[in-house]
Amino acid sequence: MEPLKTHQGLVYPLNRSNIDTDQIIPKQFLKRIERSGFGQFLFYHWRFDDEGNLRPDFSLNNPKYQGASILVAGENFGCGSSREHAPWAVQDFGFKIVIAPSYADIFKNNCVKNGILPIQVSDEQVQYIIRKAESEEYQLTVDLENQVVYDNEGFKVSFDIVPYPKVMLLNGWDEIGVTLTYEDKIAEYELSK
Amino acid sequence: MHTPKNIIQKIWEKHVVHQEEGKPDLLYIDLHLVHEVTSPQAFEGLRMNGRKVRRPDLTYATMDHNVPTRQRLVINDPISKKQIDTLQENCQEFGVTLADIHHPDNGIVHVIGPELGLTQPGKTIVCGDSHTSTHGAFGSLAFGIGTSEVEHVLATQTLWQAPPKTLNVKVNGKLGTGVTAKDLILAIIGKFGVQFGTGYVMEYTGEAIRSLSMEERMTVCNMSIEAGARAGLITPDETTFEYLRGRRHVPQGEAFEEAVAEWKALATDEGASYDRVVEIEAAEVEPQVTWGTNPGMCIPITANVPNPDETEKPSEKDEIKRALEYMGLEAGQPISSVKIDHVFIGSCTNSRLSDLRSAAEVVRGKKVSPTVTAIVVPGSFSVKLAAEKEGLDKVFTDAGFEWREAGCSMCLAMNDDIVPPGERCASTSNRNFEGRQGNGARTHLVSPEMAAAAAVAGHFVDVRQVSAAQEVR
Ligand code: SF4
Repeated sequence: MEPLKTHQGLVYPLNRSNIDTDQIIPKQFLKRIERSGFGQFLFYHWRFDDEGNLRPDFSLNNPKYQGASILVAGENFGCGSSREHAPWAVQDFGFKIVIAPSYADIFKNNCVKNGILPIQVSDEQVQYIIRKAESEEYQLTVDLENQVVYDNEGFKVSFDIVPYPKVMLLNGWDEIGVTLTYEDKIAEYELSK
Repeated sequence: MHTPKNIIQKIWEKHVVHQEEGKPDLLYIDLHLVHEVTSPQAFEGLRMNGRKVRRPDLTYATMDHNVPTRQRLVINDPISKKQIDTLQENCQEFGVTLADIHHPDNGIVHVIGPELGLTQPGKTIVCGDSHTSTHGAFGSLAFGIGTSEVEHVLATQTLWQAPPKTLNVKVNGKLGTGVTAKDLILAIIGKFGVQFGTGYVMEYTGEAIRSLSMEERMTVCNMSIEAGARAGLITPDETTFEYLRGRRHVPQGEAFEEAVAEWKALATDEGASYDRVVEIEAAEVEPQVTWGTNPGMCIPITANVPNPDETEKPSEKDEIKRALEYMGLEAGQPISSVKIDHVFIGSCTNSRLSDLRSAAEVVRGKKVSPTVTAIVVPGSFSVKLAAEKEGLDKVFTDAGFEWREAGCSMCLAMNDDIVPPGERCASTSNRNFEGRQGNGARTHLVSPEMAAAAAVAGHFVDVRQVSAAQEVR
């Protein structure tokens, strides 16, 4: 995975709470055998009607958010099942960062495993960002090293992150990548058998 | 003097590659079994990152969940077909040995591992399937994993795992006549609940366990996960060594004797302790039937379906009510009065040769009730052939059973074998969750003997009475 040190990108605001994994990626797409390509099914029932036509009234279909890489949403994002398809869809659609007041635990872990940075800030700060992004083309910069998010108008907020996931994201490591740094030990163990 | 250890701790310590403060242990995996449903994204992940399978020689793949059991080669569901084709391509690309549909070694992953001698005492074994606990019957540490862990093991042959707590399940005394290993494990889960093993690895000990055959031990360990434990195992002994001797993947000749000496040393040391111990008297176990929607909801064949108003714990009241409603049962009705529509003899719990033999004995010379559709699905190609050699297929088909090809089949209804909504199935499998055998399907878990007896009677019956009557004649 690519290292994520600082990232500047367009914000997409989704002002809903308790967005569950069924809404992020509906059940019928789980039987696929691919790892990639889940982005096209992200928020499927919100983006498309029953005939598969784009719903023009759903904000993500608005051309002004095209190319957004920062997803901002309400509390308890990613609740529901532990399926890994949900972060796969978020990431494959092009989002590198999620900002929300709170997350489901498993979803948060699965994000880091898949190279997405889940940032947790207060409800007020999330609401501020959402309002800005709804009214204008709004860019944010995320500095993971220093654990801050800011815009170019003076808005700045810091966030907490556990050390181990931070190191993984900064270096672009996935869990396998981390384990492979112990390859000598694994090889040594294999020799001793 | 070293501290005495139990078998679980011994196997664990032998497999720790690396330990450091604040992290789980890095555990080496000796055998990785792969099937078509949980592996495609794992292989794709390897491809996306330009990674290889570290030890194809310790990886073994089969197809089982989607395999049709009527005509093996006609796969109607396009998604099933795709999963099967994808495994074929992935195994070819990454150099993994595969027992595909055409292969004589093909079968349910937890049936063929032991058959081929891949499963051995002291090994760490994983598979992207929760019933991997089956392999614990051989004294191996075997547990199910998720898709990203499958990828992790493929790439590194290791997993980050926190050391488990250990639980000793002691089964004292002997099982009565007509009472099987399936009844024992159901009774254990019924007595202690579907969560008593959560966070633990279990070791089954005691006289009743020691006298079980290997196939019976597999039935017990298979359902450890239904008690919440990721793994359950049994210390290997002469029964284990005799089963393994001469199998294709075990050491041969002199080397086998050396291996046996090593396997014997795995046994729990005198004075070793466990984090928890539970005990059950084997003599008290009767043939079991599940009445509800989890494996812990089971009662002896002689008992009545529970009444939610009579339960001591109020929290259970709603659960019982909901289960009775889903199952279409009356509170307090004798379980033996429950009529069935389907019988499924199969799954990784009860589809081995000895299971088919004992079911065949019950139906020999009899007829399946006209209101019942009954199928037998052997656990593997080789079980099927062995059974046919003994004429068991004939016994079943003469009685009116369908004799099918090997696979998971009606255990989870991923192929065409589905129980229709509202219909009732006596099943030798391991899960009776809502919808497990098909949307709205009602599953009752039983032993192969009890399933066979129910097929003939059209409702549940005490197999002990059936066999007693047979002996008199
Ligand atoms: S038989 Fe059933 S429980 Fe066993 S591996 Fe197949 S689907 Fe899973």
